[in-house]
Parts: sequence; structure tokens; C-alpha cells
Amino acid sequence: MAEFRMPSLGSDMEAGTLLEWRVKPGDRVRRRDVIAVVETEKAAIEIEVYADGIVERLLVQPGEKVPVGTVMAIIRTEAEPDTPRPTASEPVSPPAPAKAATPEPMEIQFPAADRRIKASPYARRLAAHRGIDLGAVQGTGPGGAISAADIQRAVPSAPAEEKSRPVPAGDKPAEGPHSAMRRAIAAAMARSKREIPHAYFQTRIDMQRTLDWLAAENLKRPIQNRILPVVPLIRAVSLALEEVPELNGFWVEGRHRIAEAIHIGFVINLRQGGLIAPALLNTAQKGVDELMAGLRDLITRARSGGLRSSEMTEATITITNLGERGVETVFGIIYPPQVALVGFGKITDQPWCENGMLGIRPILTATLSADHRAVDGHRCALFLDALNRRLQEPSTL
Amino acid sequence: MIDGEQALRTITYREAVREALREALQKDERVFLMGEDVGRYGGCFAVSKGLLEAFGPERIRDTPLSESGFVGAGIGAALGGMRPIVEVMTVNFSLLCADQIINNAAVYLYMSGGQFNVPLVIRLATGGGRQLAAQHSRSLEGWYAHIPGIKILSPATVEDARGMLWTALQDPDPVLIFENSGLYNMEATLGADAGPVDIHQARVRRAGRDISIITYSASLYKALEAAETLAKEGIEAEVIDLRTLRPLDERTFLESVARTHRALIVDEGWRSGGISAEIASRIMEGAFYELDAPVARLCSQEAPMPYAKHMEDAVLPQAAGIVDLVRHMVNAHG
Repeated sequence: MAEFRMPSLGSDMEAGTLLEWRVKPGDRVRRRDVIAVVETEKAAIEIEVYADGIVERLLVQPGEKVPVGTVMAIIRTEAEPDTPRPTASEPVSPPAPAKAATPEPMEIQFPAADRRIKASPYARRLAAHRGIDLGAVQGTGPGGAISAADIQRAVPSAPAEEKSRPVPAGDKPAEGPHSAMRRAIAAAMARSKREIPHAYFQTRIDMQRTLDWLAAENLKRPIQNRILPVVPLIRAVSLALEEVPELNGFWVEGRHRIAEAIHIGFVINLRQGGLIAPALLNTAQKGVDELMAGLRDLITRARSGGLRSSEMTEATITITNLGERGVETVFGIIYPPQVALVGFGKITDQPWCENGMLGIRPILTATLSADHRAVDGHRCALFLDALNRRLQEPSTL
Repeated sequence: MIDGEQALRTITYREAVREALREALQKDERVFLMGEDVGRYGGCFAVSKGLLEAFGPERIRDTPLSESGFVGAGIGAALGGMRPIVEVMTVNFSLLCADQIINNAAVYLYMSGGQFNVPLVIRLATGGGRQLAAQHSRSLEGWYAHIPGIKILSPATVEDARGMLWTALQDPDPVLIFENSGLYNMEATLGADAGPVDIHQARVRRAGRDISIITYSASLYKALEAAETLAKEGIEAEVIDLRTLRPLDERTFLESVARTHRALIVDEGWRSGGISAEIASRIMEGAFYELDAPVARLCSQEAPMPYAKHMEDAVLPQAAGIVDLVRHMVNAHG
């Protein structure tokens, strides 16, 4: 039997609401099939299953909100015999008592403690109210539990939680369905700035060659398939990461883990406010046309719902592109537990010296925010250099 | 005229109960006192001393050593329109009349389809700490608080000793008043006009912000002593005197826990299945999301009460134990 559990779709997620099952008991499922849709604080996400088998029982009803790690369904894996079992629709009847059974001494077995964060109910309430990620708080209460004092220390400047606190006239508290997303973003960003020693690097890149190449490429394509300037940037990041793989990965449990595949998270701002950074999976294996199609699909689904769980959890690095918003430079905050974030600003015409000659060129400011626990400045410089080199040789993209 | 200051006087808990008895006997001719040695001997704890001379043998009645008999007579008198105060010398002997209390007094109203109230007041001495050994040192008030149909009062202060009796007599149903025998000699200042008090509300005896110590009866003073010690370390404990164990005034202690986010229950009764367990459950049901630490309990060791002083002290909750526990709860680091 395999247990299908509520996945963690980001370091800031504590619980999710099941919106619908895409399977019913008896259905055959294969690894990576979407079997459920779950609402998180950020979006509705399609959840994939990671076992081959037959759906034995569904344990959570649509509409239920359950903590991360809750068993939601039982999948009978192929090797197991087809034993008759009660289905979800039938009440589970207790097994008939064994004849004259002597009562067994009660054995208290708590579930594995390493997954569950010990925090007092009051501390949890405070943390939820202030958007604090309990995973990032060091507990000093009984048995190392997180107490209210630990939460208060985590954000000494946070406003008091009492409802009676007067709201200054004219200030409206940000309410509504997206304040949950705001809190999730707040938790992740506060954790990042608290835990990650960010190092920042910046370089200016002459985009003339890439833009010329892009214009020529786009002439060959029908309008709906034209490639946006951000796509060669994504492609160049992917190629540069192959030269400096340290930036592609995670810092987990005090250790740097370099990821094998490259899944570039792309920051998408949502029309109703807030943002989300789903991954373009296996970026390294995709050419510019595939990347463009993938990006278009990702943005559409991010804004309409329908992102998949793997896209939400597997990003190995993030790109934020604020060029279309008219900003020249962005120094981003790393999305934990990733170790790097690449920022692109607006391409603007600038005076530019090359070979002793002054000209006007379209210039892009590219930045890199890196976790200095994982990588040093030298490697970061090599990355930006590689990125620049790729963009000067667009035919290699 | 008497001004406020002159009206104040210092009396003992024992004298306060006696005053309450005297007042009740004077104000209501249906009231009479009945029990072992309450008349000529003046009461085992000298509470009723002088009352026989003042009110005569009709109203201050010595009984045979038969708890089941005279508590049953009290129930009968109450059914017959009297307002009896029955003294069961100590709670230890109340086990002999438990059938009358639990199986008769507590259920007649129900069994008679609402026809017969039993306006009976039973006074019992309770508690340990006086080197009277296992059979004479029990604290069973929490155990009686399990029973629907009776009210359980636990006056800890001289003011409550003075004021709860009359209010209990006004109740149409059986009320048990548990007087901790260790408190009889305690003195306090009361106004000359001290009189009836309510019997449905707990009291905050000391305000604090860091922890709620919930207790009753003689343990109140251990909690207050502990709170003074803790205050010197910067820990402000709120001390709540439950006063009435049935029905429990949970609102007062739940509101307190919502302020302090921690709760310790101090109970001279035993821990397993005790009133402390009930209070902890009410906190879990009513204030779970306010808790910043697990609810803690300090109760008597689950053993027969020893005779030797140092062992008896070790079995009962003490101020030092409260201080240790609160320190750990408030300052825990890992």
C-alpha cells in the first residue's frame, strides 16, 4: 500500500484544501498522474501521484482542509493482492472482537516527531496571524517547543495581535481572499532575509546581438509563435548554470545540495495581486520555442488555476523579470531553500564603449542574488560572465 | 455612629463559621444544627461552642455515631419543611452516609418528578496536614463534585466561611460545605456588617500576567505564598480561588488563562480522576488556542496520607513545589 499525502507545495505551506478528486476508488493510476486538485494560499494546484497502482480508498472529502502530511488516499501498489476492503462510501466497521480477548496494555505511539513542529496552540495562532513560518523559529519552550515568546522575538516590530488595537483613520486593513497569499509571501521573504546571507552581483549586458538575432528568428515564425525577449534570457541562464551548477540547488539542513536537473522558477505577478513562481521543468532540455510555449502555458495556468504540484515544489533557481515594468535593476530576495535568484531589468538604449568607440546600444542590467553560505563571489562572477557570453553568441542559444 | 474603621474586627475562620450559624439560627426558625458532639462538647473543632446554651437542645442536637442515620434524618427534616444544617465531623466519616447524600439527597428532586426539593446543608471538615494519618486526612470534595444534584462549596477565606452558609441555606437543593480543618485558626479582618456572599463565582485573589494558578481551600495560601516568591523573580502569577467546585465557574478561570496563556492547578486531592483533571479538561475545551504551555497540575501524591510530619509534607502540594513548577513553565528553555 502507498499512502498519498497532502504535499508541501512550498516551504511556507502548512495546510491545503482539497478541491476535487480526479480519481475514484478502483481507478488505476500511474506515477505523475494528476489525481487531485488542492487549494493553497497561493493557487489551485493539480497534485500528482508518485506511485503506480489502484486507488484503494479516498480519505479526505472535497472541501476539507488538512495539514501537510495528512494521508489523503491509499494506493494499492501493483504487487499487492486484491483484498476486499471497505471503500470510502461504506462505514468502516470495527473488527469482530476476538473471543474472550484479554485487554492488551495500551501502547502510546506518537507519530514520528521529526516532521511535526512542536509549538503551543497560542504560538501557532500568533504565528498564523503574523505570517511567520514556524519552521524558521527556534523554540525555547518546554521540550524545545515554540512558545508565544519565541514568535514575539521572531518579529519584534510586528503589530500587536489584539483586535482592539486602533486602526489609524484612513488606513484600511488589507483583507480579502488574497491576504492569505500576502501572509505566505511575507513568511517566505522574511524567512529568506532572516536566514540567508545574500550576496549581490550586477552586470550590464549589451543586448544588441541577441535582439538582432531574435528579430530575425521571429520573422520566420507566425505571430502567435513569436518569441519574447525574456526567452533567450531564460535559455542563457540555463546554459550558464551548466557552467556554474552550484547556483542551481538548495540549502537544506545546513548543507548545500546541487540539483541535477534545472527547473527555473519564473516569477509571475497575478492580476489580483500577489505573485507566484512556478517552475519551467527541465529547462536545460528545451530550446527557445519549447521555452516560449512552456512559459505561455505556465503564465496562463498560473493566472487561471491549474498549476501542478511538481511545478510548485521543484524549482531549483528563480528568475524575476521586471523589464516590462520599466525598472532598470532588481536585486531579488532568494526563495528558500533555493540558493540563487537572477533579476532582469528593462532593456534601455545607453551610451556604450566598445573597442574604443562610443555607440548607443540596448543595455540590460542583470543581477544575481546568491546565498553566500552555498557559493562564493568568484563563482557568482563566473555565472554572470557566462550569461553575458551566451547573450553575445545568440546562435548558441 | 460607628465609622468604618471601628467596625473592622479580627476573627478566626472558626468564629466566622460560628457567627454564620448563630445568624442563621436567629434569622430562620426552621434552621437547626445536628451532628456528633455539636451540642454539649461544642463541636469536635469547637465551631458550635456556646450555641447549645444560646439556642437549646431542640435546635442544637447531639446525635449518635451513625452518619447514615442522622444525615438521613436531615434529609427527612428538609423534605418536611425544615432547613437543617447537618455537621458530619469530617469528610472521612461521610463515606458512611455517602448513600444518603448521593443516592437520596442528590436525586429526590429528579425521582419525584420535580415535587420534592431537599434544602439540606451539610458541613464537613476536610483536608490533611495535621498529622491525623490516612483515615482522617482525606480531601474528597473533588470526588463529591462528580455528583449532579448537589452543590460543593469550599470556603478558603474567613469572609467566605462567614458568608457562604446563609446563601447555601437559601438554595432549594442540597449543598455541601467543606471546611478545611487547617484553616479554623486562621485570622482575618472582617467588617461588622460582614454577611452572605455569592456561591457561584470563583475569585481572582491575586492578579498576574504570566500564569494562572487555579486552586481552592487551604491550597490557596500555598499558591499565594508561591506567587509572592515568584514575584521577586519577575514572574507575576494570577491566583484563582474556585470557591465552588460544583457547579464550576469556568468563565473566571478561562478568562484568566486567556490573559496569562498558562495554567497550573493546585489540588490537595489526588490527581487521577480528580477535580484537577476536570479543570484541565475545561481549559482544553474552552481555551486550547490560548495555551502557550501544557496545563500542569500539582496534586497530592497518590498514596494514603502518612502520619510522620515530614512525609505528610512531602505528600501534600507545597509552596516550594508550586514555585519550581511555575518557574519551569514560564522560563523553559529547551
